[in-house]
Amino acid sequence: MTEAYIYDAVRTPRGKGRSDGSLHEITPVALAAQVLGAVRDRNNIDSAEIEDVAFGCVSPVGEQGAVITRTAVLMAGYAQTTSGIQVNRFCASGLEAANIAAAKVMAGECDLAVGGGVESMSRVPMGSDGGAWPVDPQSAFHNYFVPQGVSADLIATKYGLSRDDLDAYSVESHKRATKAWEEGRFDRSVMPVKDVMGVTVLDRDETIRPDTNMQSLGALNPAFAMMGENFGFDGVAQQRYPEIEKIKHVHHAGNSSGIVDGAAAVLIGNKEVGERLGLKPRARIRSMASIGSEPTIMLTGPEFAAKKALKRAGMTASDIDLYELNEAFAAVVLRFMQAMNVDHDIMNVNGGAIAMGHPLGATGAMILGTMVDELERSNKETSLVTLCIGGGMGTATIIERV
Amino acid sequence: MSYKTFTVDIDADGIALVTINVPGQTMNVWDEQLMAEFPKFVEELNSNDDIKGAVIASGKDNAFLAGADLRMLEKANGGLDKAGFDSAFIMNSFLRSMETGGHTARQIAKEGKKAKPVACALEGLALGGGLELAMACHYRVSSSNPKLKFGLPEVLVGLLPGGGGTQRLPRLIGLQNAAMVMVQGKSLSPSAAKAQGLIDEIVEPGETIAAAKTWVKANPKTLARWDVRGFKYPGGAGAMNPKSVQFHMASNAMALKESKNNFPAVKAILSCMYEGSIVPIDTALRIESKYFATLLSGSVAKNMIRTLFVNKQAAEKGAARPQGVPAVDIKTVGVLGAGLMGSGITHVTVKGGMDVIVLDRSMEDAQKAIAYSQKIIDKKVSRGRMTKEAGEAFMARITPTDNYDDLKNVDLIIEAVFERPDVKEDVIKKTEAVIGENVVFGSNTSTLPIGGLAVHSKRPEQFIGMHFFSPVDKMPLLEIIPHEGTGDLALAAALDYNKKIRKTPIVVKDVRGFFTNQVFPPYINEAVLMVMEGISMPLIENCAANLGLPIGPLAVSDDTTLKLGYDIMTSTREEMGDAYVSTGAEPFMEKMVVDLKRAGRRFGAGFYNYDDSGKRLDLWKGMTDHYPLAETQPSPAEVEQRLLYSLMIPSARCYADGVVADPQSADLGAIFGLGFPPWTGGPLSHIDTIGLDNFVATAQSMAQRYGARFTPAQMFIDMAKSGKTLYGAPAGGKVYTKTELSKMLEKDVVALANSLGIDASVSDLKADTIDKILLSQSAQSAA
Repeated sequence: MTEAYIYDAVRTPRGKGRSDGSLHEITPVALAAQVLGAVRDRNNIDSAEIEDVAFGCVSPVGEQGAVITRTAVLMAGYAQTTSGIQVNRFCASGLEAANIAAAKVMAGECDLAVGGGVESMSRVPMGSDGGAWPVDPQSAFHNYFVPQGVSADLIATKYGLSRDDLDAYSVESHKRATKAWEEGRFDRSVMPVKDVMGVTVLDRDETIRPDTNMQSLGALNPAFAMMGENFGFDGVAQQRYPEIEKIKHVHHAGNSSGIVDGAAAVLIGNKEVGERLGLKPRARIRSMASIGSEPTIMLTGPEFAAKKALKRAGMTASDIDLYELNEAFAAVVLRFMQAMNVDHDIMNVNGGAIAMGHPLGATGAMILGTMVDELERSNKETSLVTLCIGGGMGTATIIERV
Repeated sequence: MSYKTFTVDIDADGIALVTINVPGQTMNVWDEQLMAEFPKFVEELNSNDDIKGAVIASGKDNAFLAGADLRMLEKANGGLDKAGFDSAFIMNSFLRSMETGGHTARQIAKEGKKAKPVACALEGLALGGGLELAMACHYRVSSSNPKLKFGLPEVLVGLLPGGGGTQRLPRLIGLQNAAMVMVQGKSLSPSAAKAQGLIDEIVEPGETIAAAKTWVKANPKTLARWDVRGFKYPGGAGAMNPKSVQFHMASNAMALKESKNNFPAVKAILSCMYEGSIVPIDTALRIESKYFATLLSGSVAKNMIRTLFVNKQAAEKGAARPQGVPAVDIKTVGVLGAGLMGSGITHVTVKGGMDVIVLDRSMEDAQKAIAYSQKIIDKKVSRGRMTKEAGEAFMARITPTDNYDDLKNVDLIIEAVFERPDVKEDVIKKTEAVIGENVVFGSNTSTLPIGGLAVHSKRPEQFIGMHFFSPVDKMPLLEIIPHEGTGDLALAAALDYNKKIRKTPIVVKDVRGFFTNQVFPPYINEAVLMVMEGISMPLIENCAANLGLPIGPLAVSDDTTLKLGYDIMTSTREEMGDAYVSTGAEPFMEKMVVDLKRAGRRFGAGFYNYDDSGKRLDLWKGMTDHYPLAETQPSPAEVEQRLLYSLMIPSARCYADGVVADPQSADLGAIFGLGFPPWTGGPLSHIDTIGLDNFVATAQSMAQRYGARFTPAQMFIDMAKSGKTLYGAPAGGKVYTKTELSKMLEKDVVALANSLGIDASVSDLKADTIDKILLSQSAQSAA
């Protein structure tokens, strides 16, 4: 089978996902078009060479609807032969889109493709697309639906993770993100976002708080206690997990991922196209995997996706030099480390979504890019990138520096 | 045309007054006769030009129409096919025809067709199918009588409102309000119904027909509001409306939390509301009928109707009462003992409209019964549920005394003194010395054999056991225990008394523990054994909750106190000597009660921790120091099975041993005395539902796994072999669906397969074994 190589990865900084966030005035199509423009321009390639673009987007309605990828491709001034597809695998959409681009290369459908994602959470709020899963009684009952925050608290309760464990992890996320920015570790992939006049509106992740500490986090109230206790969701979760006496609500705004706006793109192609266009391959895709897991606890999928990807690559957990798992909730990462016996030293080394935010459709592509940069910077060989996913799923990709 | 179930009088304006008066029914209900005739009237209304409109009223004072005849529904055998749908759709079809004037949605929308106006005049309550009829009218006039109730309580019998209720109610009053009525079974008063939009007009009692006619006359052509273009649900609806999406999410979670997914009707009602809100009413009504058919064809509704209504009502009406004994007129009851039980019995007796002379050793002790009732009455008065005068009148009916002579005019004695034979003997003798010769003596003992007490009686044929449950004013069951020498009069008196206090009675043989106390201890014991095995306590408690038990076995054990269990165990062991069969739980009980001083809630500690006020806190973590958690925990399905079978096995054995005369009594006793999951219809109904052969095979395999206590009674083994059922459902063995089989534990599927003569073992794939069973079943039905 044809090998797929990552030639470049670029992302926007992540802007606070509220009406006072710096990227709120930028349309999602513009965000997507700007990263597509950047990936073309900085590699100096004819956009007609890019045969297909897959972009993740989790709330594809309103101005993110109608296959936003195709609109963004056109708005970026790409050749009209470049097609676009919008994919949704909830929080792993961006990674799944990159995997689709890689798969198209591996399958011989494309020589060069882009995977990525976009989400303007300040403009198209989470849940705007509705869905049968929690709303249709047949589905809600059958799947014992609970909101993700309750699932995250269930993970913490079931696996004995205390609020202090989660808060300490979160403090470290901010520290690592701060340090990464200070040392310029994101410089290669982050491109400034510009407004209609061409003036930069944001060039740095907006939600990192370097002074975050145990005391400041300790002051925050649990975010999902009311939902769990007053709206019945704890009771629902306990029906599926009767071994739990009482769910401890330990997640809050400070140890969960932030709501942000952003976009990312990853340029993926076969060896020949790189040679022909004079591009230097930066990483090789070793394996990819997606998997379903129990939907009520919902967010334990990364463990199973990672194992599946490792097996496909013929590797074991200890063969991985760097792990990157989206910090949707602190307990998700801590549980993964516990289950896979992964040391914090090689997990999310440059911080994650707790510090920098989680623009749903784009995050997977962003953290894939982070790992491409970090393998080069730290002179390491292998990285496993994974995300937990709504509905009980996991997606993982293993890359290897070339 | 003339009809038997209603009259039709056409006035000078051409308005037909339909007065429903279903013969042979105390309240109007949809029975076979009305179901057959009403559609004919609708046809007449739509086709006869002399009729300009109609007003529907009731010819009975007590109700407009109280719903469907449950006996008719119990017989209904909804199939999941075209015929099943057609049968479920009958009511929707004729009510819709009345609503549209027989026109199609297309005729209404494109040709401007309308219906003749139909209004209803509600002078009495309208429940279930009665309210559905009212909602299919174009206009609803209610009397202002605040006692009127409007509701759709079908969920309580495991059904959904299948006559358009799930569609018309939310279209009238919004999703949220409708859910309260349909999912929780709450009813609305006229004023609340008017405020929410269910009732269009409220008038003085007696004036509803006139008001309804006025409206009909003023609106010669009309449509339901949902047939008018631009109709919107009050409060919004649909899969993309933020408000209704929130409602659905929250109501799904709350309903799932409360129902534990054990009541298919709850989910079906919510689905009818959700799916029906996205489509036009004609499609919505079809969706409703399809869900209705699934409920009718399932086991839950049938079991609930049979046990919770048909058999419960029969028992309460005195099904077990000896024929030929004239009604025993009980005006005054003598209650002996003013302890917790005596006070409770006093209270329910007064509540049942009788006077009570309550006797105890001293006036001070006897006054405790006054204090007990006073507390309850004060609460009711302060909450406005009772007037001050009614409260005073209630209390005036209780006469405390320490003098046996005061008992000389009572009509019935109920004894609730300390559970010691010598104490009982003393009061029996002293009481019988003063009471009338025909007065029946009831004893509320829970542990002493009635025959043993009756030997102290001068009139043993008038001596009978009446076992109440604590708290007496809340617990709905009464065990009535004739001993061998009890005569008809005593049984009749006990049942006549019961009719007044409105408990559900079961008649039980005079054996140790009667029925409930034979079934309950094995269940608690099973939970204790699980704790001793190192099974997590939350798992045990939550599995009980998931089954639909009102309280976990460890919590209830704390409430009745471990001390009580320990004392009974100790005394039984002493009494029985070498014949005593160990339950396996003795060391545990001793450790908890004697060593650890965790003897139950009343003692401040048990399986749970308690605060100083006695409020239950969390499960005691220290248990694992004494009984360490097992490394491998059983699956929830296994724990649920052990708990359920620990109740089913002794229930079945009681029936086999003749402790109860029929399956009905066992089912009623287990549900109303022990909180056995009501969705099953009771342990014996559940055995029928899962199949006797399955029950026997499962019990036998559990006996091998866990111990001989799970061995089923021989009678059940024999019945299973001969393909019999407890309630006389069609013989020939149960046919299992794929879903049922996949929900069963693998070892039970294998056991079932083996019992059907199929070669299978646990090392095979469960799915393959299931396929083999399904294949064998279809081969059998083909043959």
